[in-house]
Amino acid sequence: MSQERAAWGFVAPALVALGLFFFLPVAAALVLSFTDFDIYAVADIGNLRFVGLDNYVHLLETPLFWKALGNTAWFVILGVPLSIMMSLAAALLLDNKLARFKGFFRTVYFAPVVTTLVAVAVIWRYLLHTKYGLVNWVLGGIGIGPIDWLGDPRWSMPAIVLFAVWKNFGYNMIIILAGLQTIPEELHEAARIDGASALQRLRHVTLPGLAPVLLVVSILTMAGYFQLFAEPYVMTQGGPVESTVSILYFMYEQGFRWWNLGFASAIAFVLFLIMFALTLVQLKVSERWTQ
Amino acid sequence: MKRGGLPVQIGLWLIALFAMAPLLWMVSVSFMTPGEASSFPPPLLPAHPTTANFVELFASTDMARYLVNSLTLATLATLLSLTFNVMAGYAFAKLRFRGRDRLFRFLLTALVIPAQVAMIPLFLICKSLGIVNSFAGVLVPSIATVFGIFLVRQYALSIPDEMLEAARIDGASEGRIFRSIVLPTLKPILATLATFSFLGSWSDFLWPLIILNDSQKQTLPVALANLSREHVQDVELMMAGSVVTLVPVLLLFLALQRYYIAGLMAGSVKG
Repeated sequence: MSQERAAWGFVAPALVALGLFFFLPVAAALVLSFTDFDIYAVADIGNLRFVGLDNYVHLLETPLFWKALGNTAWFVILGVPLSIMMSLAAALLLDNKLARFKGFFRTVYFAPVVTTLVAVAVIWRYLLHTKYGLVNWVLGGIGIGPIDWLGDPRWSMPAIVLFAVWKNFGYNMIIILAGLQTIPEELHEAARIDGASALQRLRHVTLPGLAPVLLVVSILTMAGYFQLFAEPYVMTQGGPVESTVSILYFMYEQGFRWWNLGFASAIAFVLFLIMFALTLVQLKVSERWTQ
Repeated sequence: MKRGGLPVQIGLWLIALFAMAPLLWMVSVSFMTPGEASSFPPPLLPAHPTTANFVELFASTDMARYLVNSLTLATLATLLSLTFNVMAGYAFAKLRFRGRDRLFRFLLTALVIPAQVAMIPLFLICKSLGIVNSFAGVLVPSIATVFGIFLVRQYALSIPDEMLEAARIDGASEGRIFRSIVLPTLKPILATLATFSFLGSWSDFLWPLIILNDSQKQTLPVALANLSREHVQDVELMMAGSVVTLVPVLLLFLALQRYYIAGLMAGSVKG
């Protein structure tokens, strides 16, 4: 049939490109992670050996991997709830019937999302400067002493979280805003008639109504935050004392600085497995809730 | 203003200040005289506005070249994405072929795999194709994307079958139908996909960082990251560099935000 042939003509170019430049590399990454592919194998593939699970065993024995995993987890645990709370606050304000200039505010809140990460990370590096930075100047105004944001290992990750919240809250805000519009006005009205305060309505009407949207948003944000890389690359170079080395930063260094490509592939797969497992857990937990 | 409206308005302005302050500060500092921003209290506006930083930026670094590189790559990535994803997305929505739905479901499951998993072997594939350190190498991952195909398919589902059937009965070829009936109907989603592709390519960092090592071929983000490591003290110069990198995307966003937000909704709520 001619439509069948034409259809394959339409999908084949995209499928070939995806196969060659996505699916093949993903499969190859799994294979590579069982080899000792390094700088010698880059030069001559004959030097390649299969080493079974050695890379994974070695990974579990590398302190910096655990450090990177801990740092990334800290970034996710701190960053995801803060980002979503900020998005929720912005969305609730924008959705409020008393709000004016909604279109203007929506555009302003969303602008950081479309900015180029590297360029805004450079800006924030200066905003977070201990002596001349705007952040410490504002904090000083309310009596908080100067914080060495990017130089103190206790503050470096919170500083990156602050930056990430600024950069990303507009994205989830748009999704939450759409979710708010699906909650029937009658529910709010009924709660109001029953004498519920604004806070009670938020807890018993708005948040339950938003639950599915908040689940989607938290899965997306978590997946994105596990891929932390450019922020530490630009703002801290993984420091101070490796406090901002993320899993991807570790993978980049191993792969493209030391050319341990087999080992780096194992890191990439472990990251993927962790993200996958956590997404499944979130879906299971939400199933239990909704039952 | 209605009762209770004031706290809402104050909240909105505070968040707006949080969102805008870094960008406004960047613009302000980019017009300061060198060294001016490094004082306490931090100056908010330039005492003597000057364009010296921009002149210096283009004179002493290859900024003009990086700008051209980024524009070229983002434009090519957009054209590739528009061609490959739109054809496939339309076919997955409207043309019948064996295994179509199974194939599409398989593609969707791939959305859970982070792109970085593919990067190391992709680098080796590019190496064997001889396209490391070339624009072709940078563009390879953006030729076709699962997200792009998905976006177009969801939109194309709304094209009425009768319209396509009528054209077939009139003897139009599938290629002709695609060009003269399908493409015009898909216009809004083409704008969405183009905005996503352009911004995605413009801001992409890790892959260009890996695949390009010749400084002449670098994109703005990669060059800016390198510059910021060399010129840590030159706040004003770096802010000029950030302005050059951000102004094109912010203008594009302002012009096309309707389409951008439509794509964002399609990608997260329906997906």
